[in-house]
Amino acid sequence: MGNLGANARLKLGLWLLLMPLGLWLLLLIILPHFELLIFSITDPEDGAFTFEFYSEFFTEPLYWRTFLRTAVMSILATVLTLIIAFPVSFYIAKMLKGRSKGIVFAMCLIPFWVSELVRTFGWMILLRESGVISNFLQFSGLAAGPVELLYTDATIMLGLVYSSMLFMVVPLVSTLDSLDDSYIEAGYDLGGTNWNVIREIVIPHAVPGIVSGCIIVFMLSLGNYLTPVLLGGKDSLWFTEQIYTQFITRFNWEQGSAFGLMLLLLSSLIVWLGLKATGQSFTKTMG
Amino acid sequence: MIPSITQSRRFTSIYNSYLVAFFIFLAAPLIVVAVFSFNDSMFPSFPWGGFTTDWFFSSEGEKTGIFFDSELLGSIGLSAGIAVVTTVLAISVACCNAFLFERFDFPGKAFLYILTLLPLVIPGVLLGVSILVFSSEIANYFEDTWLVELEFLRPGLTLVVIGQFAFITTICTLIIAARLKKFDRTLEEAALNLGASPLMAVFTITIPYLKPAIIGAAIVSFLMSFENFNTTFMLVGSDAPLTVAMFERLREGSTPVLNAISLLLMLGSGVLALINMAMQKKS
Repeated sequence: MGNLGANARLKLGLWLLLMPLGLWLLLLIILPHFELLIFSITDPEDGAFTFEFYSEFFTEPLYWRTFLRTAVMSILATVLTLIIAFPVSFYIAKMLKGRSKGIVFAMCLIPFWVSELVRTFGWMILLRESGVISNFLQFSGLAAGPVELLYTDATIMLGLVYSSMLFMVVPLVSTLDSLDDSYIEAGYDLGGTNWNVIREIVIPHAVPGIVSGCIIVFMLSLGNYLTPVLLGGKDSLWFTEQIYTQFITRFNWEQGSAFGLMLLLLSSLIVWLGLKATGQSFTKTMG
Repeated sequence: MIPSITQSRRFTSIYNSYLVAFFIFLAAPLIVVAVFSFNDSMFPSFPWGGFTTDWFFSSEGEKTGIFFDSELLGSIGLSAGIAVVTTVLAISVACCNAFLFERFDFPGKAFLYILTLLPLVIPGVLLGVSILVFSSEIANYFEDTWLVELEFLRPGLTLVVIGQFAFITTICTLIIAARLKKFDRTLEEAALNLGASPLMAVFTITIPYLKPAIIGAAIVSFLMSFENFNTTFMLVGSDAPLTVAMFERLREGSTPVLNAISLLLMLGSGVLALINMAMQKKS
């Protein structure tokens, strides 16, 4: 086994391993999105370059309003998820030790192994007019008649926060885990209040976890389809729904492609801004 | 805030109530789904019509139980089949990727790694439509130029597998690469010194070491595929996998048979989750 032979074999191995990766990324990720771009700027009649599908997006208020609405509500859902998840993650990471920590953490994780469809179905049973909460309100005398809690923006928000909770809790717990208790104790020894310690010690340490949690939750909310459609009903006006309508119902693939790319542009932009603002790298945050 | 710092009782009780409320919030939808699968009524809502197991075991009539609902049973089989094929494909490619990123240095590696992570931040709906557009274009080209109809590139089960594979591979790669990173390479060198060929060393030493990660990734992959909706919904043809079939019924307004199937899904994924956690702990 000469040195050259080993080297050549290593090269061969590299090429053999590069092949599946390359094919996967090229055929299933890069080219399909490139094709989407071509579709969105080509006139289906004569194949000439056109910008009409993008101008349609900007001139038709329904489209860009749905787009903005989706973006704003996704950002709001991300912030709410962070606020709700933070105390819980802190408790799991810092207050619990050993076995009880594992159990409580598992209690957070297990609901999310269940299909999103099932979880959304559960919320429908809870919130609809003949549902559990409506009946409870009537039973306890807080409401005179049936209360419809479905099909509002607040319901969509609830569903979004619920369905992405795990993706905030996990990164938060893992960064907070690495925060040494003695830093927190030092903060108190120096006369800090709870709020001082959280703001000056805990949050700065948790930034990487906050960023990766926020990115994933934002992406999941933006790309969510089930929650807005099932909990928001006909007027949910979610952008993924528009994409689906253009592709499947109207069979207007050019318009749908333009919408898809707008969504991709928006999500990349927000992810990039989030990473830039906090000085994090994409590979570190996602990997 | 941490055990060594004492807090006022008021603070502690507020914090604890918050945690209790949080866990009720997490569990509530799952509990009601489970409870209403035993409701003796045509609707999964109040009024409570008494306890029944008809939604599981009734073989005929308007209350056909899940074990006799051939449409839903068929879609479970379909989803399971899709999930197995997707998992086998994703794990094979993910193992190659893990070795590539952990063992080799080559120009453009950082860039390729970013591309590998990209499917995590592409919304599932978009992944679905981009693959739909691309595969239809190829199929159209073959039809127009060569007069060959490539049926598998039209919406249907093959496309569903391809679409799911596209993003599940990334997740499997991360899980397997994380374990490969911890591998002590002297073990492989020992095998080489003892006369094993490099491939033999990998298959007798490294792959067995990776086994917990591979099984863990396979469980995650199976569930992600089985439960996927967004990408699948864009790529299905006439055969509906379970999530799509359930979605259609949910929109029409359904009987508690949906609760019954949901309860079975919960039990299934709960068991898989526990197996996975136990495996992680052992390794």
